Amino acid sequence: MTSFSGKKLTCVRSGRIVFTSLNFMISQGEVLYLKGPNGSGKSTLLRLMAGILRPSNGALTWNNNDIHDDEGLFRSRVHYVGHQDAIKAGLTVEENIRFWVEMNYCMKEKYSIQTALKVFSLDNLSTLPARFLSAGQRKRLNLARLSATYAPLWLLDEPTNSLDSDSVRILSRAISDHQQNGGMVAIATHEDLDLKDNVLNLSEFTNLRAPPQGYNAW
Amino acid sequence: MPGKPLQVFISVIRRELLLAIRHGADSCMIVSFFLIVVILFLLGVGPEPGILSRISAGIIWVSALLSVMLSMDRLFQPDYEDGSLDLLILSSLPLELIVLAKIFSHWLTTGFPLIIISPLLALFLNMGTPGYSTLLIALVLGTPTLSLVGAIGAALILGARRSGVLLSVLILPLFIPIMIFGVSAVDAALTNVSSKPPLLMLGALLLTALVLCPWASAAALRQAAE
Repeated sequence: MTSFSGKKLTCVRSGRIVFTSLNFMISQGEVLYLKGPNGSGKSTLLRLMAGILRPSNGALTWNNNDIHDDEGLFRSRVHYVGHQDAIKAGLTVEENIRFWVEMNYCMKEKYSIQTALKVFSLDNLSTLPARFLSAGQRKRLNLARLSATYAPLWLLDEPTNSLDSDSVRILSRAISDHQQNGGMVAIATHEDLDLKDNVLNLSEFTNLRAPPQGYNAW
Repeated sequence: MPGKPLQVFISVIRRELLLAIRHGADSCMIVSFFLIVVILFLLGVGPEPGILSRISAGIIWVSALLSVMLSMDRLFQPDYEDGSLDLLILSSLPLELIVLAKIFSHWLTTGFPLIIISPLLALFLNMGTPGYSTLLIALVLGTPTLSLVGAIGAALILGARRSGVLLSVLILPLFIPIMIFGVSAVDAALTNVSSKPPLLMLGALLLTALVLCPWASAAALRQAAE
C-alpha cells in the first residue's frame, strides 16, 4: 500500500519558525485537509511536500524512501496546483495545457487533453487565447492539468479560489474520483468540499515566537 | 513511465519560440535597440570614415552586449511571475536541460537576429571587407555565450527590486572577455593577422559556458523558487 508521509518536519523561513515537529501521513485513497489561519504555513507545507522547498529538519518519505533520494521519480508522481495559474497569455487554452502535458512525458494523448478540458468545461474555449480568460476560467485551466495526466499525489493550494459553485462541485467530484482510484490528495482550503477525511490543523504546530533578538530578516 | 527527454526538450523550445512569435514586438525591439545604439555612435563620433572603420568592431560588440543584456529579463521573469517556474521545477525533465532549452530559444530570438543585421551595420561603420566574415563568425560564437552567461544573472535577480540595474551590474563585467576576443578577432582580420586564436578562445568560452551556465542558472532558479 502506497503512502506519503512527513516526520518531524520543521520549516524555517527568513529566521522565523513556520512550523515545527509536524507529522502527517497520507495513504492510498486518502485526502488530507490542511486547516489553519492565514499565515499558519499551509502553502509552505504544500511546497515542502512538492519538493520545491526543503525542510530545515525532518524527512518526507514515499513508501519509507526519502523523496530526495530520487527526485525525478518523485516529481513524476506529483501534481502541484499553487496560487498562481502558470498560464501564458500569449498561448491558447489548448496550447497552455498541452505544454504541461508534454512536460510530463505524455506525448501521445490529444484525447486526454480534450477530455480534461471537457471535465472542467473549457472544451468550447480551447482555441481562445488565454489572455481573454476570467480568473475562474484560468483556475479551471490550471486544475485541468490534474485530469490530463495521471499522478498519484495531488497537492492543491486553495484550489477553490475564484471558482463558482458549479466548478467547486466539478473539482470535488474530480477529487473523489481520484480518491476512489487510489490517489492521494493534500488540500489547503477554506471551503467545505464535503469530503470527510483527515484534517491536519497547522495552528497546533505553528510557532509564533518572535525572531531571536538582533535577527535582521533584511 | 517511458522517458523521452529529447521530445520534452524540443517542446520547451517550441513553446518558447511560439511565445516569441506571439510577442513578436519584443524581438523587434531588441533589434531596433541594437540599430539605434550603433547609429547613436555614428552620430556621436562624426562622419570620419577612418575613425569609424577603426572602431567599428568595438561599437558593434558593445551594442550587441547591451541589446542582449536588455533582453535577458524576459528569459525567466515571466515564468517566475506567473508560477510556471514551480511547475518547470516539478516537471520530468531536469531543470538544467529546461534552462538550456530556454537559453537556446532566447538566442534564436535575440542573438540570431543581431547576427543577421550586423553586416548592414558594419557597412554603416565603413568596416573593411576582410572583417565581415570574421565578424559574423565571432558573433556566431560569441552571442550564444552572452545568452548563457546572461542567464545566470537573469536567474539571480528574480525577486529583487530594481532588477534591471542589478542585472547590468552583475553580468556586464562577465561579458568583457567575450567582447575582448570578439573585437580582437575582427581587428586581426582587418590588419591581416590571423584571427584564429581569438576565435578559438571564443569557441572555448562558448563550450565552457555551455557546460557551466545551465547548471548555475538552474541552481539560482531553485533558490528563487524557495
